[in-house]
Amino acid sequence: MAPTQKLINDGNRAVDEMLVGVLAAHPNHLTLAAPRAITAKHGPRPGKVALVIGGGSGHEPTFLGFVGKGLADAAAVGNVFASPPPQPAVDAAMATHGGAGVLFMYGNYAGDVMNFDMASELLEMEGIEARTVLTTDDIASSPDRSKRRGVAGNVFIFKCAGAAADLMLPLDQVERIARHANARTYTMGVALSACSLPQTRRLNFELPEGEMEIGMGIHGEPGIRRGPLKPANEVADEIMDAILTEMAVPAGAKVAVLVNSLGSTPLMELYILYARVAERLSLAKLSVHTALVGPYCTSMEMAGASITLMHLDDELTEMLDHPCDCAMFRVG
Amino acid sequence: MDFTTETCTALFQALAARMTAERDALCALDGLIGDADHGIAMEQGMQAAAAAVPDLSTLQDQFNAAAKAFLNAVGASSGPLYATALMRAAKTAGPRAAMPAAETPSLIAAMAEGIAHRGKAEPGQKTMIDAWHPAAEAAKSGATWPEIVAAAQAGADATAQMQATLGRAARLGARSLGHKDPGAVSACMIIEEFAKTLG
Repeated sequence: MAPTQKLINDGNRAVDEMLVGVLAAHPNHLTLAAPRAITAKHGPRPGKVALVIGGGSGHEPTFLGFVGKGLADAAAVGNVFASPPPQPAVDAAMATHGGAGVLFMYGNYAGDVMNFDMASELLEMEGIEARTVLTTDDIASSPDRSKRRGVAGNVFIFKCAGAAADLMLPLDQVERIARHANARTYTMGVALSACSLPQTRRLNFELPEGEMEIGMGIHGEPGIRRGPLKPANEVADEIMDAILTEMAVPAGAKVAVLVNSLGSTPLMELYILYARVAERLSLAKLSVHTALVGPYCTSMEMAGASITLMHLDDELTEMLDHPCDCAMFRVG
Repeated sequence: MDFTTETCTALFQALAARMTAERDALCALDGLIGDADHGIAMEQGMQAAAAAVPDLSTLQDQFNAAAKAFLNAVGASSGPLYATALMRAAKTAGPRAAMPAAETPSLIAAMAEGIAHRGKAEPGQKTMIDAWHPAAEAAKSGATWPEIVAAAQAGADATAQMQATLGRAARLGARSLGHKDPGAVSACMIIEEFAKTLG
């Protein structure tokens, strides 16, 4: 098969060349504290919990796009689809902590857990307390919430934790709110075509023409069902049925909604999906407090989308509405 | 023949060359049940390790330098697992410029213990441990290098019949059946290179 077409110079340098571009484009928001450790320009504040997020590259604007005042203080940047090693996470934490502890937040993947746990051990040796909240919003990835992957719901979950930290809440409270936000966030995706790594430029899975895969992960991990591509409303219904069944909230509840592109699916298709999502929410008598539509957590050039619902309460609503100013995401 | 610092440098050069040669095959295998990056991680890790080991005066320093270089080049799952493995090998080799050839299988046992400690995997979960564990058991029972390689190979082959319960492929359930675990396959290649250089 012919190599996939990408606008790159050297597949092995893709992540570092992207970082050069990100820093050049957003000098008012982002700075580089150490190799692969991106920090917010506004700097650490004494007494503030440092929120450090991170993971593999290839999901932009996740993770580095969510670094900024009111959201994450720093991001540790890995190779494409690979957890960063411990050092960038340690460097990011050291550069941003304000003496009130560090909260690491990232998606629940075996590699990320090992590397960030090693980072926590290294920080402990420096006398800095680091805790961890894993995101586990992908309901297609396991029946057991603790074993699920973290996917596009990250943006809501990180947002709530970042607001809590920005409000100068102590580490216990920031951690509690982060866990609470994660427990109430539900995502499911659908893939229409594969993605390829810049180093190999080969499709990382095969999806026959005319087929879709429901529940596929953001690294191309196989999902729960493969079948013929259906019209948008039917796809939205299948995903919404799964999410609403699991969320099981009473009529009148308030939600935040994200319809996310996995990379190459355009806004037109996302809004067609959103129209059906809004209709389903209205039928279920759920009110939409916040709606995001666009690429928030991508998988290189994969075609497809995911739908996320976060079940809000007063506390999470306040956290979502709290202003933030990041290079690739703003509220207020 | 003793295992010297020169042999150790040659070993890591051989490991790096092998992973470069197998990169695309390992990525393709990983694409069947994972995210298709395993070959890239192993190549980057071993290339970094190979660059870090020359000009050090003890085997311990070499294995520790390889561990650190591998980890910082890779991250991912294989970074912490192989970094821990190589640090255990460093401890076993000790601060000396050479170790007797007869002792070298103990390096395999030490590496397997490091991987089990870091990854918390048990045999049968369709991970690299399914190659490392039988190789380590063979090494501990006094097996020859060809026997250690055969044990690793049998372990890696058996992963095709296993359903993953740990790591990224665990989310596939029964869909992981029929495909060998890429981590076990690359583990086998590593053990083979140890055998070729040290056996």
